[in-house]
Amino acid sequence: MLVHSRKGKWAAWVAFLVLFLPLFALPLLVIVAASFATSWSSAFPTGFTGGHYRAATSGASLQALTTSLVTAVSASVLALLIGTWAALAAAALKKGGRRVLDALFMLPVAVPSVVVGLAVLVAFSKPPVLLNGTRWIVILAHTILVTAFAYQSVSAAIVRLDPAYEQAAASLGARPSYVLWKVKLPLLLPSLNAAAGLCFALSMGELSATMMLYPPDWLPLPVQIYSTTDRGSLFTGSAISVVLMATTLLVLLLVSRIRTKASYR
Amino acid sequence: MASATLGARAGVRVKSRTEIPRWVWALPPVAVLGLVFLYPLALVVQQSVTPDTGGTSLQPYADVFASSAFREALGTTVWLAVGATVGCLVLGFALALVIAFVPFPGGKAVAKFIDVFLSFPSFLITLALLFVYGSVGMANGLWTDVTGAATGPFQFLATPWGVLLAEITYFTPFVMRPLLAAFSQIETAQLEVASSLGARPARIVRQVILPEALPALAAGGSLVLVMCLNEFGIVLFTGAKGVTTLPMLVYGKAILESDYPGACVVAVVNVLISVGLYGVYKVVSRRARA
Repeated sequence: MLVHSRKGKWAAWVAFLVLFLPLFALPLLVIVAASFATSWSSAFPTGFTGGHYRAATSGASLQALTTSLVTAVSASVLALLIGTWAALAAAALKKGGRRVLDALFMLPVAVPSVVVGLAVLVAFSKPPVLLNGTRWIVILAHTILVTAFAYQSVSAAIVRLDPAYEQAAASLGARPSYVLWKVKLPLLLPSLNAAAGLCFALSMGELSATMMLYPPDWLPLPVQIYSTTDRGSLFTGSAISVVLMATTLLVLLLVSRIRTKASYR
Repeated sequence: MASATLGARAGVRVKSRTEIPRWVWALPPVAVLGLVFLYPLALVVQQSVTPDTGGTSLQPYADVFASSAFREALGTTVWLAVGATVGCLVLGFALALVIAFVPFPGGKAVAKFIDVFLSFPSFLITLALLFVYGSVGMANGLWTDVTGAATGPFQFLATPWGVLLAEITYFTPFVMRPLLAAFSQIETAQLEVASSLGARPARIVRQVILPEALPALAAGGSLVLVMCLNEFGIVLFTGAKGVTTLPMLVYGKAILESDYPGACVVAVVNVLISVGLYGVYKVVSRRARA
């Protein structure tokens, strides 16, 4: 307790709310309000309509939603596979080797996403691997970007893992592959889940690399929001944004439910 | 893997099978990463020294460095990132201080809300600000309603200040999270002792809390600095012609002008700055944990 007087406490709380509400709560509320409004030319939105949602859940926007879902799920699965493998392999290495792997796999976080997009575009626009113009180039870029986060959270979990379990299993004669499947991975399951949620959320909102790469027939939600608002349809853009936020939250919620179930095991 | 060392140490299972060396297991993911990320990055560097006219020269670098658009973008990027980082640090410190040390009902919910906030894409903030401070948004609407003027006073959204506001809003939670973790490590008894000895809150913050929080502040600050340097969505959605940052320049040169050597030069510069700072962040955050 830092402030003891009643007055001081209230002053701190009021200051907190004055800063917190307009900066963080207002933007999200405003987007939700705008998604239901017919016009907004004074202090508050006027008119109520569900029409923006009809536009946001049909035609091109609906297709963008499925595009985003497919991209995010594929990128997350691939990223989890590569990231977990790399993290497990790194944990088995000596300090020097682990440092190298850490640096390599964290590099995509430091490199600007736009540059990741540019690099993928430069590399895969010509034979032998011609991916430019296909959906695979978008999925590939998303995978590169989120693998770093999968690697980071799985390695953090491996460090916290109690080595006693695998040592006990191994001393009872379990082969390394058996220890990995039956002891290590089940113990890591909660953090794998968390990593999956993180990867999914990041991929759903990815805009920078996608803007560099997307082919006309593979338009993820963020690009759809950009092109909608760029045309001036701010309200429809808000409705699509709400769809994006709701989908992300829903998936995160589902993932966290699996996580609580897994941690009871 | 662990069984080998354990077995060897206990002398139970002497190398009966030929074990695959551990580093071999690291090869497949590294090979994948090399193919899809490191090799493309190398191609970007190669492209940056290969002008459209052919051959290998540093001409693209000379051209880009000489252009005023690049210098302006570099300046804008750096001052926006530094400004946003300072703003995030001050604001994040103040907010985290209240959540941690002046607890109120609903504080937990606020912390949860921050986590949720972090899972949304950054450009949503700019979209929201259009409704709040845009030319026909809430703030200007309120102003014209009250004063009867034709236009409101808030016209900063398309300027760097709008980008700065959006970046501070979006990145402050990234500072708050490590700070809240650091604050939870501080013994409340320390604060009680200091206050019973007659220290006022301002002094407790300065002499007890701030020294404890410095590593977390440094780590959070350098992370936000890197993320601001790399931010693209916020600037793109602002739609301001006057605000060009390095990532915007990369996008503009590559996609809108099809000037790949130029885009690659800007990309190389951006990567050098960001990766350099990210290295600093890793060092600082390792020290923060120690």
